[in-house]
Amino acid sequence: MNSAIPVLQAIPIDNYLWLSAILFSIGVAGVLMRRNAIVLLMCIELMLNAVNLLFAAFSTYLGDASGQIMVFFIMVVAAAEASVGLAILVMIYRNHKTVDVSFLDKLRG
Amino acid sequence: MQQLIPTILLLPLLGFLFSGLLGGRLPKTVVGAVASLAVLGAFLGSLYAFGQAGPQPEWTVKVFQWVAVGDFQIDFGLLVDRLSVWMMLIITGIGFLIHVYAIGYMHSDPGFARFFAYLNLFIFFMLLLVMADNYLIMFFGWEGVGLCSYLLIGFWFQNESYGKAARKAFIMNRIGDLGLLIGIFMLFQLFGSLNYQDIFSRLPAMRMAEGALTVVTLLLFIGAIGKSAQIPLYTWLPDAMAGPTPVSALIHAATMVTAGIYLLVRSSLLFQLAPITLEIVTYVGLATALFAAFIGLRQNDIKKVLAYSTVSQLGLMFLALGVGAYTSAMFHLTTHAFFKALLFLGAGSVIHAMGGEQDIRRMGGLRAALPVTYWTFVAGTLAIIGFPLLSGFFSKDEILAQVFAHSPILWGLALLSSAVTAVYMMRLFFLTFFGDFRGTPEQRGHLHESPAVMTWPLIALAILSVTGGVLQIPAFLAGGNGQWLSHWYQTLPGLAGGHVGHLSHTAEWVLMGTTTLVVLAVMWGSYRAYVIRKKLPLADTQVRGIELWAAQKFYIDELYDAILVRPLEKLSGILYHIADNRVIDGSVNLIGVVMTRLSQFFRLVQNGNTSYYLFGMVLGLILILLLNYII
Repeated sequence: MNSAIPVLQAIPIDNYLWLSAILFSIGVAGVLMRRNAIVLLMCIELMLNAVNLLFAAFSTYLGDASGQIMVFFIMVVAAAEASVGLAILVMIYRNHKTVDVSFLDKLRG
Repeated sequence: MQQLIPTILLLPLLGFLFSGLLGGRLPKTVVGAVASLAVLGAFLGSLYAFGQAGPQPEWTVKVFQWVAVGDFQIDFGLLVDRLSVWMMLIITGIGFLIHVYAIGYMHSDPGFARFFAYLNLFIFFMLLLVMADNYLIMFFGWEGVGLCSYLLIGFWFQNESYGKAARKAFIMNRIGDLGLLIGIFMLFQLFGSLNYQDIFSRLPAMRMAEGALTVVTLLLFIGAIGKSAQIPLYTWLPDAMAGPTPVSALIHAATMVTAGIYLLVRSSLLFQLAPITLEIVTYVGLATALFAAFIGLRQNDIKKVLAYSTVSQLGLMFLALGVGAYTSAMFHLTTHAFFKALLFLGAGSVIHAMGGEQDIRRMGGLRAALPVTYWTFVAGTLAIIGFPLLSGFFSKDEILAQVFAHSPILWGLALLSSAVTAVYMMRLFFLTFFGDFRGTPEQRGHLHESPAVMTWPLIALAILSVTGGVLQIPAFLAGGNGQWLSHWYQTLPGLAGGHVGHLSHTAEWVLMGTTTLVVLAVMWGSYRAYVIRKKLPLADTQVRGIELWAAQKFYIDELYDAILVRPLEKLSGILYHIADNRVIDGSVNLIGVVMTRLSQFFRLVQNGNTSYYLFGMVLGLILILLLNYII
């Protein structure tokens, strides 16, 4: 394990930052632009994972294990949130016969 | 005595509350009796106070502390000295007689209880005015009598023109009150207190402030002009005849209009140090006396003649004040209260008998049908024209003598006004009571003498009008002891100088003789014209020339209307339609419209579209991060 750390530290942190940022942006774009609710949830997962990646990268870069602990937390929350989100999605499907979010406009003023 | 003084003041107030709150449900006799007894109680209290004011001329009672803010301290205090106790006697005494009279006069009126409530309230305020020990409480009473005057003039409020007359009276009063208020403010600024005794005791130290004193006294006089119906603020008083006749007798003859005289006499120490103001007072009084007398000459409503007569006699009183004859003014105030109240009540008796008719052109020959009214009216008329030995004779002659000592020319003009007074009073008297009856047959059938409750006050006032002269008989007739009133007022510093000029006894005899001759000449000339030659007033359409001018009150009301009322109404219209409706309401409405438009715009954010909301969230987040970075 310890021999891997210098190898990993040889990769400049910038790369990880850019990758994470791009992944996050793709996720945001997806959330905003996609109409399928399942794809929406997947994009949210994508955002969370981008952040995970960044935490792990910094953890290695700074030699601090706290980042990896954070990753665990995020994963737990993501799992819980995904399950609840899917449950809601199933209910929406049952009521509207569609997973298209553009049909959910009953709250208009 | 300390408890008696507030009680005198309180009795009419309690009468007001009784009549006002409970009177509607009680029989009229009870209400009338209670109201009259309240005033009688006040009168008896005043009599006792009068007795006490002989040995001890000054009583002060502090009822409670009203205002205490830093240096400014006003107590609700009462001062009973020889001046105020005299006024109290007049107010409550004549007030009582008029209350009794009104029981008869108003007996068929549905607003009976309300009438007596207002009358009692008026007595309360008038007493407060004369019993106050400082200018502010006096002003409280001043405003209160103005209020009661408004309520009583507009008593029959269903008639719109009566309401207008009431408003006119109140507003004209208000104009005078503005002057009075500013005068009171200045008094406080100059003397640091509004208490009479404080001010008058600090006065000797104020030698250098003559300019300020002139301004203050002028302002006080403006207040008196409004309240006592002098030129230019007199036109409300003839219109005030819209009120029931007891009101005209009490308020607009004997008491409220004398408040201005009282104010000046009370402030005589201030006025003595402001000779310019006194000059103005003299000329305003004389002008009013003459002007009103000429208008009264061609009026055909019995009450209007008496109203202009009141204005004229008040002018005479102010003339006396102007030449410094304060005691003479008070003497004439007293006798005038007697005979003018008598004349008004007598007129009321005539109107009552004529079933509401007030035009003397439709009266005539009433002395047979109304004997008591006739004989008491004789007493009143003779008193007012100054027939020898009656009360008016002595009081008028004293004023004329004082004026002569000041300036013979002014005396001539004052004598002229007295002559005109005699002319219009004799005209009124003969046209009403002599000759053939000129009314309708129904009116003739209705003619009857008034009931005892109305005739006894007439008799009482007639006795006073005839004998009232004993109060002040000039020195050249009765020696040094005749001037009871001057002696009575000796304790008041301002009035002690009651005798301004000293004329020789011969001069006084000549003056008195001249007046008597004029009076007798007018009586004879009027008798010849109206009784022997049966001259009648012209119908309204036939009056021409200067007579038309007099009958139309010299168009003063029309003048005021053109130069004051119309421009004000125009200005009011502009302020209402443009400034208020368009500008202020417009800007407030504009805010509303702007809010509505804005909200309609922002409502579009709520379109229910989830992606849109998500986009909003992201946008907000980015903005926060950016702002965080910048700031």
